[in-house]
Amino acid sequence: MPTTSDEVLIARIAKGDRLAMEELYGRYRVPVYRFVLRMVRNATTAEDLDSDVFLDIWRQAGTFEGRSAVSTWIFSIARFKALNALQRRPMEELDDEKAGAIEDQADDPETALAKKDKAAVLRACLLKLSAEHREIVNLVYYQHKSVEDVAGIVGIPEATVKTRMFYARKKLSELLTEQGIERGWP
Amino acid sequence: MNTAKQSEPSEIELLLPWYAAGTLDPRESLQVEAALANDPELASRYEWVRAELAQETHVSEAAGEPSGRDVKTLFAKIDALPARKSRSSIDLGARIAEFLASLSPRTLAWSAMAAALAIVLQAGFLAGFVLKEKNPGGYETASVPADVSGEGSYVLLRFQPKASAADVASVLETTKLSIVGGPSAGGLYRVRVAPTKLAKPDLTRIVSTLQDNKVIGFIAATE
Repeated sequence: MPTTSDEVLIARIAKGDRLAMEELYGRYRVPVYRFVLRMVRNATTAEDLDSDVFLDIWRQAGTFEGRSAVSTWIFSIARFKALNALQRRPMEELDDEKAGAIEDQADDPETALAKKDKAAVLRACLLKLSAEHREIVNLVYYQHKSVEDVAGIVGIPEATVKTRMFYARKKLSELLTEQGIERGWP
Repeated sequence: MNTAKQSEPSEIELLLPWYAAGTLDPRESLQVEAALANDPELASRYEWVRAELAQETHVSEAAGEPSGRDVKTLFAKIDALPARKSRSSIDLGARIAEFLASLSPRTLAWSAMAAALAIVLQAGFLAGFVLKEKNPGGYETASVPADVSGEGSYVLLRFQPKASAADVASVLETTKLSIVGGPSAGGLYRVRVAPTKLAKPDLTRIVSTLQDNKVIGFIAATE
């Protein structure tokens, strides 16, 4: 049975079709939740934002013009809400202990290194990236967004997308170096 | 690797993350593949890109899924919103805008005032039409008679393109004309000239009189 396209679902949602909303929600609920969680690093906040994102989609489906993919539109809404949430609670973002406990059960970099677990060190360093870098790393590596998609979601030129990803990786390299893992440049 | 190269990553190097994620277009993928095959240092760095992708996936998957509270919250909020109305009622403004947007610029060019008058009358007409669709026999606007297609005498007319707003307003006022439809693509309006059905000679006389009006460019009787 062919899958209904996102665009068709949005058109149906614009007419108040709740079943279409449930289907779209089923497709994007977890990816959006994980994206938002990577940014805000708080499961409760991420879950609240997740439902807020889809409430906006329900309300604004009629305004979707199809200039970008539906998923790009959804993630741009999610990003906007996550950034707002971060601005409302800047101190919480600095709480690495809480972030690590919520986001992953990875050891801290020092412990991981002591265990000689390079992958665990890498995970711990990924968690330490800034919100801007976490965002782009998640979009590229986990959400599998193209350069064009990321540009649409983040609202920056494609060339900037590439350099921002490069600098995110460069920062990651620096964090690894601090943990005694020298991988070269970047 | 030299410093100059470090400050300016090559385009191929910038594309490595997307190559690992499989989101490059075929042409770029081929370029990256060729570069990796010919540059062992680049290939070595690519192994780190792959490791990053694997661990970002691990981190994201380890985050699990929402508890389910979000589902309840979302649909409770949706249910709490006013039910969406049908297009015929909620998009009245949009429908009027659509209708007006379909008019040719030339049609509207003769005067802003004439257009405004037409819009007011047509909006009333459309509002009455839409509301009647929704609620037959119910509310009707005061600006337009209920029997626009029934009793009454009508003409088709086109205003002079150069007629001023004041001219048009004056004609509509002094002749007691009511625009009930249009303009068509040719700029013709359907106008009611009398509330009852006039005898043909009487209607012809009215048309003849109006035809002499310098504001009116064309006029003809119609059913």
